[in-house]
Formats: sequence, C-alpha cells, structure tokens
Amino acid sequence: MRTPCVATGLMLAILSAQPAHADDLEWFEGGKLVLTNGVTTIEGTSGGGIATWATIAGLEMDNGVGVSGHATIIELPDYGWQSHGVAVGIANRVELSYARQNFDTRDVGTALGLGEGYVLNQDIFAAKLRLLGDVVYGDPLLPQVSLGVEYKRSLDGDVAAAVGAARAEGLDYTLSATKLFLSRSVLVNATARLTEANQNGLLGFGSAAGAGHSLQFEGSLGYQLSRRAVIGAEVRTKPDNLGLGEDDWFDLFAAYAVTDNITVTAAYVDLGSIATFEDQRGAFLSAQVAF
Amino acid sequence: MLATAAAAIALIFLQQAPAEDIDWDAEFGVEERERDPATGEFPVDPYEKSNANAGAEPFANGRLAAAFGGREGIRRIAERTVELSEADPRIAEIFVAHDTVRLKRTLSEQFCYLLGAGCDYTGRDMRATHDGLGIRTADLNALVENLQQAMREAGVPFAAQNRLLSKLAPMSGDVVER
Repeated sequence: MRTPCVATGLMLAILSAQPAHADDLEWFEGGKLVLTNGVTTIEGTSGGGIATWATIAGLEMDNGVGVSGHATIIELPDYGWQSHGVAVGIANRVELSYARQNFDTRDVGTALGLGEGYVLNQDIFAAKLRLLGDVVYGDPLLPQVSLGVEYKRSLDGDVAAAVGAARAEGLDYTLSATKLFLSRSVLVNATARLTEANQNGLLGFGSAAGAGHSLQFEGSLGYQLSRRAVIGAEVRTKPDNLGLGEDDWFDLFAAYAVTDNITVTAAYVDLGSIATFEDQRGAFLSAQVAF
Repeated sequence: MLATAAAAIALIFLQQAPAEDIDWDAEFGVEERERDPATGEFPVDPYEKSNANAGAEPFANGRLAAAFGGREGIRRIAERTVELSEADPRIAEIFVAHDTVRLKRTLSEQFCYLLGAGCDYTGRDMRATHDGLGIRTADLNALVENLQQAMREAGVPFAAQNRLLSKLAPMSGDVVER
C-alpha cells in the first residue's frame, strides 16, 4: 500500500510544480523570424558566408534552446574546401559551435612538396555572447552586438611550422554589430576581429619572425528580397603574417530559406592568393538545417 | 488508504446542496460587461485619445498607403492579422480574453495612421494595451509572421511590408514583458 501512496504523492508534487515549469526553456521549438539566425560561416559561427555576425545560431528565442548543422563546399581553381559543423543557441543569448575544415591542396600539394591531394585540416571551437540590442527589434539605430571567441587548432602543425608559422593553434576574438534596417530592407554587419591566423589558421598562427594578433575587419551588406531570400556582398580583411601575399576575401551571396528550417547559400567567392597560387575565385555552396 | 477514500466519499454526500435562488455573480462580485449595441465593443475605462498613442510618427505622404490598398485594404489586413493570430496555436491564448472587435478597429486605425492614409488613432498607447499580457519576443515574432501573411495575401510588395514593420519593430520595448 505504501508504494502507490508515494507514487500518488510524487505525481501530485509534479503536477503542482507544472506552473513553475511553464517558464522553463523550450527545446528546439523554434521562434526566430526566418533568416534572423543567419547562415553558417566557414568557421562554423552564425553569420554570412565568410563574415561572423552578431546573430545567435539556432531558431530559439529567449525562452528556448536551438541547434543548427551545416555543410559547406568551395570549389577553387587549384583547391577544394569542405567544412561542416554544429552550433547550439541558448536563449538567443549564447552560441556554442564546432566546425571542421578540410582543405584539399590537390595538384598544388605536389608543387608545395606535401604530396598530391594533401589535405589540411582544422578544428574550430567557438563561443559567442550577445551583449545587447536586437537585430530586428528595439531602437532602429541600436544594432545587436555580440562578442565571440574562436579556438582554432590546425591538425597540420608540421606544415604550419614549415611555412614559418609560430604556432599550430590560436585564438580569434570577434566583436560584431548587426542590424536589419527594415525601412530599407537592408541588413548591415560590421565585425572587428583580433586574429593571428594564417589563411584562417590552416597555415598556423603568427610567424616565427614574431607577427602576432592584428585587428581585421569583416563587413556584410544584404538586401532582403522576400521573407525567405536575401542577396548581398561581404568583405573580410586578413593579415599576411607569413609574407606569402595573403589577400583579403570578397564574396557575393544569395541565401534562400527553402523551409523555415533549411537554408541554402550560394556565393561567388574571391579568396585571392593562397600559398602563392593566385586568383582563387570560385563557387561557394552551403546548406544549413536549424531548429 | 481505502478508509480515507470512503471517508472522502461520505463527506461529499453529507454536504448540503446550495439554495437554488442564489445570484452567484453577485456573491462573487462579478460584473457583467455588455457590448455596445452600435460598435459591438466592450466599454473601456476613459483615457486621453491622441495620435501619439500610435507609438510612431506616420509616413509623410500617402504613397505607401496605396501599396496597401488604401484605407479599405489596410482595414482588411489588420482584421486578417487578428484572425490569423486568434487561430495561431502559438499565441491564440493571448487573444482569448481580448475584445478582438475593438482590437481589429484600433489596429486598423494604427496601421492607417502610420502609413499616412489619413486616419486618427483612437486606441491607448502600446504600453497600456499590452500591460499584463506577459508577451515574449517569440510571441511578437509569431504576430509579425501573421501580419506578413496578411500583407502577402493582400499583394503588398515586400519592401512596402518592411516599411510598415520598420514603424512597429521599435515599439517592442513597450510590448515585451518577459
């Protein structure tokens, strides 16, 4: 007789606790306006294709937890890029992400003495915190501002050392401001990045000659064609710590939310000179699933 | 356990039935509200009417209003937005105890005023109208989606849709409570 009594008591306790639970976090229930979670950058953070934004990944709002996964390929004249990863958004406040980058050197691998089809790999663990503002709501001149940190770990330390990098791992710090100017249907992002990464970190960090962190800029302009479609352009400046003629990056992108959960992004990217091979311009394709 | 249940049942049967002629509304102080026969709206406490209550300055010329189908088109969009929201499981609860007859009229007036279509807004301000509703930003997003659907159905160009939203989005601070 005792067990049913305890069970009843427990049930009553759970039932009476329900109202308190109503305000708890919702898991993967969505809530963001379409596209306001951004797409996924090559570093696995939410943003444009190459620029990190102040947006938080996942479709959750301040009462939930969201998640997203992505895969990206970039086809360049001499190289092939593939990256994929996951990101978790908590209460539209905190973003935690992981991405793996795989950079296929193809024939260049032979020329660089790495071997045909040598693939450079890197892991990126990142965290982003929304400090203030909202990309859509509130003061129309107050952007959403987020602070981010990215821990990058090249898995090819030998190559990084051979080209003159000081380290195989490093930290990037980002401060982003993003706002959708509804009156013009224009999204603007500006990001300051403190980084010592060579070619994003795939060629290591800093230089044996002493080059360290420097301040770089990422900018994005987008125009909303519809609730589901946006086109735009991005720029990203980069350091040239190794003296290999590393160039700034540019892209022209189009993103489309096929459903509320699936976004595809196509872009034309100009990655300039990579490991002395010039004019690396090509196609960027990315798919993101978010809840 | 069994004895307790038996005692409880016995207690229920021992209770005396209440008299039949009790006015329960009077007992509990329930005031019956009646809709105004002319407008169909429930009466509200008096307040000062002002276009400033609309929460933003209107667009200067009426060009944008034409994209919304003029006053009549704006009224239909406002009513459709309320209807979609009443049927939207995400936010329907918020509207259950609401006078949606009045809401349709005041929302229509607000849109009409903001779009420069020449209406006056006669409702209360945004803080007063949303006070105590416990609205979250996610609820606001659901309402925006319903408004977008209503505008899309009415054939309003997307850039014009965003122009109206640009007047409404900054009011979020007066609407969101948690």
